Amino acid sequence: MESKGLKIGDKIFNSRLFTGTGKFSSSGLMEQALLASGSELVTVALKRVDAQNEDDDILKHLGHPQFNLLPNTSGVRTAKEAVFAAQMAREALETNWLKLEIHPDPKYLLPDPIETLKAAEELVKLGFIVLPYVHADPVLCKRLEEVGVAAVMPLGSPIGSNKGLRAKDFLEIIIAQSKVPVVVDAGIGAPSHAAEAMEMGADALLVNTAIAVAGDPVRMAIAFKMAVDAGRMAFEARLAKPSGLAVASSPLTAFLED
Amino acid sequence: MFKELFDTYDWDEVKASIYAKTEGEVVEALNKTHRNPEDFKALISPAALPFLEEMSQLSHALTLKRFGNTMQMYVPLYLSNECQNICNYCGFSFDNHIKRKTLTDDEILKEVAAIKAWGYEHVLLVTGEANQTVGVPYLKHAVQLIREHFANISIEVQPLEENEYQELAEEGLNAVLVYQETYHKDNYKAHHPKGKKSNFYYRLETPDRLGKAGVHKIGLGVLLGLEDWRVDSFFTALHLDYLEKTYWQTKYAVSFPRLRPAEGVLLPKMELRDKELAQLICAYRLFNGEIELSISTRENEKFRNNIIKLGITSISAGSKTNPGGYAVEPESLEQFAISDERTPAEIATMLKQNGYEPVWKDWDLALMTTRHDH
Repeated sequence: MESKGLKIGDKIFNSRLFTGTGKFSSSGLMEQALLASGSELVTVALKRVDAQNEDDDILKHLGHPQFNLLPNTSGVRTAKEAVFAAQMAREALETNWLKLEIHPDPKYLLPDPIETLKAAEELVKLGFIVLPYVHADPVLCKRLEEVGVAAVMPLGSPIGSNKGLRAKDFLEIIIAQSKVPVVVDAGIGAPSHAAEAMEMGADALLVNTAIAVAGDPVRMAIAFKMAVDAGRMAFEARLAKPSGLAVASSPLTAFLED
Repeated sequence: MFKELFDTYDWDEVKASIYAKTEGEVVEALNKTHRNPEDFKALISPAALPFLEEMSQLSHALTLKRFGNTMQMYVPLYLSNECQNICNYCGFSFDNHIKRKTLTDDEILKEVAAIKAWGYEHVLLVTGEANQTVGVPYLKHAVQLIREHFANISIEVQPLEENEYQELAEEGLNAVLVYQETYHKDNYKAHHPKGKKSNFYYRLETPDRLGKAGVHKIGLGVLLGLEDWRVDSFFTALHLDYLEKTYWQTKYAVSFPRLRPAEGVLLPKMELRDKELAQLICAYRLFNGEIELSISTRENEKFRNNIIKLGITSISAGSKTNPGGYAVEPESLEQFAISDERTPAEIATMLKQNGYEPVWKDWDLALMTTRHDH
């Protein structure tokens, strides 16, 4: 059976691998890697691009029809700053899609849950398709869902850490109870992590550092694409769960059969 | 305030403890994933020098993880060389009889055009300390004048009051660099005998005022070679550690100005050799995986070509350290001698050859709402 596309907002994505554009050694290499990844949603930091400039090096390399741009608000510290930056991004990049990132802590880049919820509520009202980057906090994800975000993007482990799914137990709860797509955002360091997240039932992943700083980013992008596809297919095929239970020779429920 | 913590330390005791670090303590520091100021001492000690290759490999890997294959480009724009301070190592010292100049609006815009033509979207404004001519009103006006041309504006000027920093931040100022020069309290007075700068504690508490004012980024550093660079660097690291914990919403950067010959100034008390500067840069990276580390054109071509892989995240290019040096009056006297004369385009080519993407824009005034409230 062919895997169905993923619907977020008004768009359907055939690729469940979303990608970032930072940390590559050149924009040309970024372009090749992102094309190889099959990604259809690519996040771009408002701070890194000069949308007024037709020759902007990053935007120039993202001018392919399959790439939908997802501007992000990296750098803002408050809801108020995020809302302003989002409006600038919408105007400059001509899209109402937004990856809402509010990390007032520039060291670990961890998201501020309070400001994120406030900004999400306002941005939804302003007509944005909001995808917020958040901690793997199930309650926060439900609260964001209630204010109308298009998806939630909980982190797998600290951003850029390549540590994989350290927040696994909480991600499972989020996946189990979410009514909007769940995109695992940060900390995915290897294709095996990607496959694991997809097998768990994540709807999509966002990968940047692990591809951008790999020895060969293009091949690594392909490896992630395959892992995401394999993980998703395994999830849809209903994975046989490893069982820790032995079957007793004298079943405790045998009396019920008498 | 940092003063309270600083006053619990004694320069000579710190110095003795750094020089007493053993190979065992260095290995212990290398094997940790999170390192504290005591580990930093071990890593800058003479005992760590034989481990320079290991330190470099670790530093490179940590930097790659955080910053990727990118290098930030920056350039200083000297607005004025007028200065009321006497600093016995500086070309702009009050007692040096040089021609003084402060750029007018037209001149600033000419310099801006030259810098922009190279591709820079960020700029670092530099002045001496002369409150009558280049005080807060002048700086505020300069920021207003140039902000439409840049995505990010930093300053390296005299220490200011908290409300003055706030005022400038509201106009679009993003970062402030303020170097302590030395943490040696007594010798600080000897190096700065006259002017507002002679007040050691006022300078020491400047980063606290910046943190309270909510300025986005603070740059720290000492003038390496003025006093024992190991002890001064330990205090810088301690200061950084304190600031990160206290003003956790602020970004930090460290620079490595090595004392260089300039007109009418003294020679380094303690020379920092290339190997030791490399060791120091690696030690900072191992101590702090997220800190921005920058290298200026004080260093020569060969050193800069190679040091970029050891933990550096930002590099200047094409710098002139004289007001008007880019377009207005290219031949005037510089604050210190430039050792790498290559153009920004040449540096960018060198970076690309080494697998780095030069980054000219990494901020946007749209990310700071404060200035739009007015």
